[in-house]
Amino acid sequence: MSPTLTDAHVAASDPADGLAVLESRGSVAETFGIPLAVLAELTHRCPLQCPYCSNPVELDRGGSELTTEEWKKVLSELAEIGVLQIHFSGGEPTARKDLVELVRHASDVGLYSNLITSAVLVTREKLAALAEAGLCHVQISFQGNEPVVADRVAGFKGAHAKKIEVAKWTRELDLPLTVNAVMHRQNLFQLPDIIQMAVDLDADRLEVANVQYYGWALKNRAALMPTLAQIEETSRIVEDAQLRLKGVLAIDYVVPDYYALRPKKCMGGWGRQFFNISPAGKILPCHAAESITGLEFLSVRSNHSIAWIWRNSEAFNRYRGTGWMKEPCKSCEFREIDFGGCRCQAFALTGDAGNTDPACTLSPMHERIFKLAEQEAAGEHNRFLYRNFAGGTLETGEDHGA
Amino acid sequence: MTGRGRNISVSEASRPVLPRHARLKFDETRQVWVILAPERVLAPDEIAVEVLQLCDGVRSVEAMIDQLAAKYAADRGAISADVIAMLQDLADKGFLTEAREKTS
Repeated sequence: MSPTLTDAHVAASDPADGLAVLESRGSVAETFGIPLAVLAELTHRCPLQCPYCSNPVELDRGGSELTTEEWKKVLSELAEIGVLQIHFSGGEPTARKDLVELVRHASDVGLYSNLITSAVLVTREKLAALAEAGLCHVQISFQGNEPVVADRVAGFKGAHAKKIEVAKWTRELDLPLTVNAVMHRQNLFQLPDIIQMAVDLDADRLEVANVQYYGWALKNRAALMPTLAQIEETSRIVEDAQLRLKGVLAIDYVVPDYYALRPKKCMGGWGRQFFNISPAGKILPCHAAESITGLEFLSVRSNHSIAWIWRNSEAFNRYRGTGWMKEPCKSCEFREIDFGGCRCQAFALTGDAGNTDPACTLSPMHERIFKLAEQEAAGEHNRFLYRNFAGGTLETGEDHGA
Repeated sequence: MTGRGRNISVSEASRPVLPRHARLKFDETRQVWVILAPERVLAPDEIAVEVLQLCDGVRSVEAMIDQLAAKYAADRGAISADVIAMLQDLADKGFLTEAREKTS
């Protein structure tokens, strides 16, 4: 037999870590290879008001957004320097009237395009036009498995029913579908039903993502933080479903780091394999990076190329690798495994982005901060502060689902 | 439900094809073949690339094996077992589906 065929497997033993596969083969970029995938936040405008929104608390206004021509130039430049995938996100990317044109341009320059949407603004005609323009994949966020919880979390009446409708159109148009379920204390009890919903919608993938606590979510932590018992139950449910639904539904699970012993390898390490572009054109190491004050993020509107900003800008190099670390990270055996965790979380919780992420048990702040989170999880504070351009609106007794 | 052929069992009669969400592409920057999928970029090895390029939804696995056995002047039985195992692995990971009639 042919020995070459014996080894004929996809090179990744873990398909979730395709990035490492290419890294190990050596990429062309000198120090830090150009990322394989980039997140384009087309706008911060969004009809939903989810209290855990990952956008910065200081939202970019519509008037500061990149124009159609600017985005097209960006997409061309990304493809040229070796980016392979573009995720169109927001805010709500379908709030941009030029989305079809941008997707078509992404296809023309050879980018694999993914739409990350709340779906509530999508018509069947718009979705068909996006498919025709070459859109490769659709990811729809869900806030629950039924309207009472889901519409309340979204702060938008009718959101859930609309999402279900758009998910069905997605499959009718033969577009692959990922259901993204953002989980927290007030909807974790629905997880088994959400998994079934994803199966019923004929989704290819389900992302079970626990809320990450910075920006808007940090303001709402007391209303969102799950209990330890909920997290243990969640892991059990996910593991069981992953086995049961093998080949039917792929389930990716984002573990909440508040209850972990080690922090997450946030973004795969600052400036190592990911950047995103804000609505106003800033190149950021992660979508929450603007929450860290004192860092200057350069824009595609500056006179530098995107590749130059990635490789040389002060903001990207500040927390790259391990040279910036203080103790306990500096001498830690895990420093190249988790890169000290999340810089945004370190900044939000300790005031210094150069500190160890308090999610790590080795952080001197860990015990104090996470005891507080545990108390919040056990508490009765369930009212949301809704995300909006007005700086947030507190939920009232009457506006459940309004 | 739609007959989209998830969870397929690969046999010589199968006519596999990459699902819409998976694209096989040569990455000029890094000079490797890649499979692009949601949140994933995989680098299949040379042989996997060769087999994947034959997966057009028209050609049967049987025909692929004949072609590869002829090309490598190798034992057909061994090639068959290897190709089917590899395709099954790809299918289990969601990177292959079975050709089907268009419903719309």
